[in-house]
Amino acid sequence: MKTILEYLDRQAEQRPDKAAFCDVQEQFTFSEIKKITDIVGSVLLRHGAAREPVAVLLPRSAKMLAALLGVMRAGCIYVPLDLEMGELRLSSVFRQVEPRFLISDREGIKAADTFGFSGEALEIDLVLSEEPEREKIRAAEEKVLDTDAAYIVFTSGSTGAPKGVIGKHSAMLDYAEQLTAVLKVQESDVFGMQAPLYVDACLKELLSVLKCGASLWIVPRQLFSSPVPLVTFLKEHEVTTVCWVVPALMLISALHTFDEIIPDTLKTVAFGSEVFPGKQLKLWMDHVPARYINLYGPTECTGMSCWYEVPATFSQEDSIPIGRPFDNTEILLIDESGALAEEGEICIRGTAVCHGYWKDPVRTEAAFVQNPLQSAYPERIYRTGDRGRWNSRGELEFLGRIDNQIKHMGHRIELGELEAAAMKIDGVTAACAAFDPQRKRLALAYTGNLTKEDLTAGLRTIIPDWMLPSKTIRLEKMPLTANGKTDRRQVFALCFQKTK
Amino acid sequence: METLLDILSELHPDVDFSKEQNLVERGILGSFDIVMLVTRIEEEFDTVIPARLITPDTFRSAEALYSVIQSLEDND
Repeated sequence: MKTILEYLDRQAEQRPDKAAFCDVQEQFTFSEIKKITDIVGSVLLRHGAAREPVAVLLPRSAKMLAALLGVMRAGCIYVPLDLEMGELRLSSVFRQVEPRFLISDREGIKAADTFGFSGEALEIDLVLSEEPEREKIRAAEEKVLDTDAAYIVFTSGSTGAPKGVIGKHSAMLDYAEQLTAVLKVQESDVFGMQAPLYVDACLKELLSVLKCGASLWIVPRQLFSSPVPLVTFLKEHEVTTVCWVVPALMLISALHTFDEIIPDTLKTVAFGSEVFPGKQLKLWMDHVPARYINLYGPTECTGMSCWYEVPATFSQEDSIPIGRPFDNTEILLIDESGALAEEGEICIRGTAVCHGYWKDPVRTEAAFVQNPLQSAYPERIYRTGDRGRWNSRGELEFLGRIDNQIKHMGHRIELGELEAAAMKIDGVTAACAAFDPQRKRLALAYTGNLTKEDLTAGLRTIIPDWMLPSKTIRLEKMPLTANGKTDRRQVFALCFQKTK
Repeated sequence: METLLDILSELHPDVDFSKEQNLVERGILGSFDIVMLVTRIEEEFDTVIPARLITPDTFRSAEALYSVIQSLEDND
């Protein structure tokens, strides 16, 4: 098996009429999805696309998921995009990838112009009115190797430019194998999908559905501000499995939703990317009898790398480890001297490790390094920048970041990217971001001659909402350390000191 | 009303909540903000906002939110 499309082909044969990718507008069966991938693949090949990145800029929808697989069908590399990512990041993506082809709708094609896209735009509905050419596709598929790049997803970069993580087919197959074993996915499962489609998080649902013949429903984004309609949606569609960020689950538990409605169709609740407050997790466990699984993993290792099933005896004071690695993945804790340690930087090895960052050898070399414990042959491992330790039960515990990366609303944010965005706004002369992990507040201190309102208005046009600081402060002078660097500690204190 | 505006501006010091409308649709309040906000309001006003009232409509504006809180207090 070389690519996940073989799962799709098998499902299209075994359960052609089963609805697989669903959103509130459209539902596609496995055979319909296969047909879409055949058409998209054929059209791309007809236009001369070959083993190259193809940007897909569409609203978060079942159709977009099918289009991504269609890019793969042509033996090309999909680059999932959403207008929600903001102008700054989208422009950077188009500049870095320079795709020759874009699949989008009218709105997206118009917008892509302003992001500097100069290639050939294919409007999705026109594409889908064409006919598939199976011979062409078969020839392209034969050339694909499982080590080839399958997709590029962009993640926050500390110097401002987001990094394009290159996922490969073999890692997707491996992830599908390991993840569905951990989640115990069955054909009867229905996933309620919360993640945006431009991040690796959406692979959890996508791969589970393709591998096991399950189904997914894309949960409308606006429901994540109304807990009762959100739970009603889950019940209506008989959702059995959610893999959500913690704030989305807390929206339900912290706001007394269980007093009114219980999401009783759920069998598996997986969460990750942020610490789940014990009290909230306990509320979930007391009201919804399901398996609760903490997942951990970086985009650079395809998706999730570690898992921990919360025992039924969990009490709210207990800490929640990130547990143990998936099968076929190894976690190495490496200390500053490069030796294995009980506590150190979490490094990951295995098929899941991605190829690196698109057209970025410098940042690739820094994060994808030779395994220091292997001197006999080249073996790349990924340095996560996270600190961890093994507890007495042999489970991995997460201790925080080594650098200035934070996790906010389920998104990875490099403070440097926010700072670089602020510096792009006319009138800003210096910027420094700070994050208070306890209260989950993101703040930005700046110097310059524009007002806080103008700064926020400027940021709003270029970065996604989840990256907006909730507080900005204007300083006369940026505090500096003795050796002339921005004094982050002092900025933190200035941002979060009590004003009352 | 002042207490509520204080809570709101503590959450987002840069937003003028006495003027802003459609706080959820415009992306000013995300799901985590809503959790923080409701928890703080319940502490401060010693009340419970039932989940069914947590909709974008309730967070239309500071005034709309305040009238929801008042209606809950009246029922106590």
